[in-house]
Amino acid sequence: MSTAVKTQKLTMVQAITDAMATMMREHDDILVLGEDVGKNGGVFRATDGLEAEFGEKRVIDTPLAESGIIGTSIGLAMNGFRPIAEMQFLGFIYPAFNQIMTHASRIRSRTLGHFTVPMVIRAPFGAGVRAPEIHSDSVEALFTHMPGIKVVIPSNAYDAKGLLIASIEDPDPVLFLEPMRNYRSHKLEVPEEKYTVEIGKGARLQEGDDITLIAWGAMVDVIKKAAKEIEEEEGIKCDVLDLRTLYPMDRDLIAESVQKTGRAVIVHEAPGTGGVGNDVVSLINDTSFLYLRSPIKRVTGHDTPVPMCAIEDDYLPNADRVKQAITETVRF
Amino acid sequence: METQFPMKQILNEDGIVVNAEYESQMTEELTKELYVMMLRARMFDRKSVNLQRQGRIGTYVPFEGQEAAQVGSALVLEEGDWMFPTYRDHGATLTYGHSARNLFLYWKGYPMGCVPPEGKNIFPPAVPIASQLLHATGTAWAEQLKGTDRGSIVYFGDGATSEGDFHEGLNFASVFNAPVVFFNQNNGFAISVPTEKQMKSKTIAQKAVAYDIPGVRLDGNDIFVVYFETKAAMERARRGEGPTLIEAVTYRYGAHTTADDPSKYRDQEESKRRRETTDPLLRLERYLQNKGYFEESWKAQVEEEITKEIEKAVEDMEAYGPAEPSDMFTHVFKTPTWSVQDQYDAFKARVKEEV
Repeated sequence: MSTAVKTQKLTMVQAITDAMATMMREHDDILVLGEDVGKNGGVFRATDGLEAEFGEKRVIDTPLAESGIIGTSIGLAMNGFRPIAEMQFLGFIYPAFNQIMTHASRIRSRTLGHFTVPMVIRAPFGAGVRAPEIHSDSVEALFTHMPGIKVVIPSNAYDAKGLLIASIEDPDPVLFLEPMRNYRSHKLEVPEEKYTVEIGKGARLQEGDDITLIAWGAMVDVIKKAAKEIEEEEGIKCDVLDLRTLYPMDRDLIAESVQKTGRAVIVHEAPGTGGVGNDVVSLINDTSFLYLRSPIKRVTGHDTPVPMCAIEDDYLPNADRVKQAITETVRF
Repeated sequence: METQFPMKQILNEDGIVVNAEYESQMTEELTKELYVMMLRARMFDRKSVNLQRQGRIGTYVPFEGQEAAQVGSALVLEEGDWMFPTYRDHGATLTYGHSARNLFLYWKGYPMGCVPPEGKNIFPPAVPIASQLLHATGTAWAEQLKGTDRGSIVYFGDGATSEGDFHEGLNFASVFNAPVVFFNQNNGFAISVPTEKQMKSKTIAQKAVAYDIPGVRLDGNDIFVVYFETKAAMERARRGEGPTLIEAVTYRYGAHTTADDPSKYRDQEESKRRRETTDPLLRLERYLQNKGYFEESWKAQVEEEITKEIEKAVEDMEAYGPAEPSDMFTHVFKTPTWSVQDQYDAFKARVKEEV
């Protein structure tokens, strides 16, 4: 062992706070702004303690206006600051869509690099925590389709800190989506110091030769569970991938895995039609078509609005649905 | 509300001073500068319309009739201030120091048209209505955080006041006391929709009351009142006294764009009448004459110089060469993602084959 890295056991939401605090201590140009992010520390406590440490000028409770938060952050970013703007829930981002689509993501392009927008938009997303209506949307595909913005989704504490620091350091806008189901679901050893996880790189969580499972966010735990059970029940060995970044996607990792297994199941909780899973299918088609031994399957949310929480479990993909897809693919 | 927000005026339509508040500052030098810059804006605008008619640039958005509002407000800015125009504000951007060549290139559809000269904080024209009010608030807020005395000016029309971003921009600026001048040009029409269908409010200035910031309504065709009131607003901003909403009441003589026919929705006789009565240039010319500052030979000389400058910019625009397709790929991100790079490489290979 080389010099031991000092670590602490953190939940994902604590790691997110730690990432912001770590960067804010080093750089005065980083601001945090959003609804209830100050005294209250955010509705999920993701900004807990930041106002006390960095003051009201850097950790800013804004008026309740999403377009206003993103629009003013764009101005701050163009004029020397690095704002981290919190959307209270991804389902509340729609009023800001115009600002992200017509400005944040294309100012560099429009001005040939004269003005740039180094900002991070953080947003909790996804279903499964019995939240009220509209709070559980998973609309990552609206943003992977948007040229000029990166889309990052961690599934655990270690990746969350490293990816958030990488996002803050990125010279372009990054949408940082936080699966709220994973905020406190487990703890990991997280280095106390600054480190980064590269944007655009996925992770292989488990080696296997029979089939590739691909997911992001809260669905990573679902495919891990399915992989474990299907190996115990049927001896099928899964290559389990957490994409971590949806744009730009880790083409090499996906291609390498599918070329080895010849099979793939993609799992996401967003509706299937127009979902990012389709881009994964396209990527496999472009890179690995002749390696395939069976059609690729997708296990997704339905083409319905995310339902009221009493029936959200019937909306969300679960390990049983994933296992069924695995079996059908392997036995094709 | 109209009585609470009376339309301020310094020069009436006959070029007579009706409000002596700023008279000591209305020097011959300043007056002539204001006149020259307005004439320059008008000549640029007319040239652009002609270039569009000749097919040398694409669709253009004319601003004739609004020169006092745009020039008078832009002249109060100093180096380091931020300007956020709409697509109808070339009179303002030209005055603040944008390159006429790039403005022509913009309407020719060239990416370079969005790029301001180095050191000039001029944002490209905002196309989504009112979205730029928030950017102006953000850049001004940044200046405040840095502790400078710079600020932002943002232009928008009467239609923009119906958008949510108008209200969010004013509210954020008010809450954070950001040094912004919200400069509204109420030209009576949002494309075809008249102001009275846009709002029940009798004035736009009164909307400042809701945000507890100063609201000023002024004759937008009187360049003196535009200049001095915008200057006062900008000075308040520089002193840390926060934002101001200015409503400059003006009129667009022509079409919304060169692709629009205004006779479909309004009587163009009104434009004709206004050209002869309330026109901003005519009014200042009358004042210059009343003061004995005006000579036809001086005007002819100024016109000649401006013509030369504009013709040179047209030449530069046409000598710029073809637009560069690689601009599409090379600035999406600082470092291209693999998908952009792959598409760029494929594009280059395709172009090579075609040659």
